[in-house]
Amino acid sequence: MTLNYSLKNVLAGLIFIGIGTAFAYASLGYEMGRAVRMGPGYFPLVLAGILIFFGAIIFVQALFSGPDEVAISATPWRGLLFLIGALVFFGLTVRGLGLVPSLFLTVFMAAMASQRTGPVGALVMAVAITLLCLGLFVWALGLTLPLFGPWTAF
Amino acid sequence: MDLIANLALGFETALTPTNVLYCFIGVFLGTLVGVLPGIGPTGAIAILLPITFSFEPVTAIIMLAGIYYGAQYGGSTTAILINLPGESSSAVTAIDGYQMAKQGRAGPALATAALGSFFAGTVATMLVAVAAPPLAAMALSFGSAEYFALIVLGLVASVALAHGSIIKALGMILVGLLLGMVGQDIYTGTPRFTFGFFELYSGISFVSVAVGVFGLAEILRNLENEQTRSVLVKKVERLWLSKDDFRRIVMPVLRGTGLGSVLGVLPGGGHVLSSFASYSIEKKISNHQQEFGKGAIEGVAGPESANNAAAQTSFIPLLTLGIPAHPVMALIIGAFIIQGIQPGPGVITSEPALFWGVIASMWIGNVLLVVLNLPLIGLWVKLLLIPYRILFPAIIAFACIGTFSINQNAFDIYAIAVLGIVGYVLVKFDCEPAPLLLGFVLGPLLEEHLRRAMMLSRGDPLIFFERPISAALLAFAALAIILSVMPSIRKKRDEVFVEED
Repeated sequence: MTLNYSLKNVLAGLIFIGIGTAFAYASLGYEMGRAVRMGPGYFPLVLAGILIFFGAIIFVQALFSGPDEVAISATPWRGLLFLIGALVFFGLTVRGLGLVPSLFLTVFMAAMASQRTGPVGALVMAVAITLLCLGLFVWALGLTLPLFGPWTAF
Repeated sequence: MDLIANLALGFETALTPTNVLYCFIGVFLGTLVGVLPGIGPTGAIAILLPITFSFEPVTAIIMLAGIYYGAQYGGSTTAILINLPGESSSAVTAIDGYQMAKQGRAGPALATAALGSFFAGTVATMLVAVAAPPLAAMALSFGSAEYFALIVLGLVASVALAHGSIIKALGMILVGLLLGMVGQDIYTGTPRFTFGFFELYSGISFVSVAVGVFGLAEILRNLENEQTRSVLVKKVERLWLSKDDFRRIVMPVLRGTGLGSVLGVLPGGGHVLSSFASYSIEKKISNHQQEFGKGAIEGVAGPESANNAAAQTSFIPLLTLGIPAHPVMALIIGAFIIQGIQPGPGVITSEPALFWGVIASMWIGNVLLVVLNLPLIGLWVKLLLIPYRILFPAIIAFACIGTFSINQNAFDIYAIAVLGIVGYVLVKFDCEPAPLLLGFVLGPLLEEHLRRAMMLSRGDPLIFFERPISAALLAFAALAIILSVMPSIRKKRDEVFVEED
């Protein structure tokens, strides 16, 4: 499929317009005030307006600028899923499981994000990096996070 | 003389065993992130920022600063040995440095980079010591109108000096400014854009933004195309320069130092710009023009001195005005604030030991870097072979622990995930993340000064043009935009940056 416009810039313009519109809409819900005593909504609304304006320029320019020289790169879906999963997992479990089990599983998941890492490699990395972090943060820097949380008590 | 007394105070502060140790750790980590693939100083400082919270303020800043200028050294090592600049400012070093390595002259290339950087670092540090106090004194008389104009200039100039589309970078600044608006309004206390999340009342965590946009987004970017690195030179020999080499690098080092010192003060990619500018100057005036691109030692000496000088002088706006010239400086501002110190012209008088201690530590750090880099080059050669797939899970682990330890709040971790995805999508469409971070840090300040200035002027926006300093600053900002959009300059600018990507 060949395009005769810059897809990157069309999408970038649309994202800016989208972000600007969302902030502008939310700003309208706050008190505006006047220039002499600006309310909480005044400055964000101005910024959002400028952002929408820039987004529109980028969008229109993109339509006439010819195709991208370098196509949009492929998204590493596997990496994205594992990394976001790892972060959310850490957030959900660090209190309940405690630092050691939570971090271990988080690193395991994060390591799986690479196409070149299998479960065994990820396991080895999880052990090594968890030990490294314990040494660094808990032993050397004296971080006081519970190492094992309430969920691990049997 | 004041300067000597001040420097004595600085060295007294910086030479305590703890501070020397953390200065060492800082430059060591800096060299490490410069050498390691896929993590730059911005990401590294963002991840390590939380760790420094328990330190004394001066120790924390010394270490963070060390990471920044240490990375400039490490970046040149990878540029020379494997033709992969660890840092964008080392991109030009790769052109001739790698050719030298191919010809078996990796040793002299590394020595040139280290000596040039050391000389430049020493001169630029002195310059910071001399220039900072009068600038800070001047800045003390600034009112809100001047600060507003200064921040506008800083934001605009950082865009004009960076590469890539100007309008997209301006858009990224605005996205950053808007993200900075999240949280309670300073004057009325109204919670803004919080979607009912109580965690957002105090704003989006600064560390989450930095780690998300510079850490997570960068990892995703690297996972798009997983490669293994190969090293050309397994063992570096003969680390010394011949008499002829030495003679050839003297002038490029001097010119690079001067150029870098001046450009480093400018907001944005001052250190990147200065190394490119130095390279093109050396190429133009050299007697060995035909050697450039094929291993000219001047092509290593000039840019390396320039980027290191710029790395030091970019602390001037930070230390005197509290305005970051670079995303890394924005992170260091964050460190100041978290330590309870208001960055700005007041630091020099209220925290003299901190101010002069940090400056003195830069010189000590440069000495440590020469020691670390030349004799220990074998260690770095081994380290730069660490595969990325082992590295990034460790980065994720550090980021999780570090970010969580600040507020013990899982919300900050989710924020990394969300901002990382946003950052990744925007980077995919060639929008640079650096302006976003600058905007995010400066957003609240910009709004505060705007509102205060407008209150003082009773709602008359002309106040920004009636006060001479603020009018001049805004005029410079307008000029920067106009110049960078003008077709002829734009072409030149693209040429300067063309070798970077």
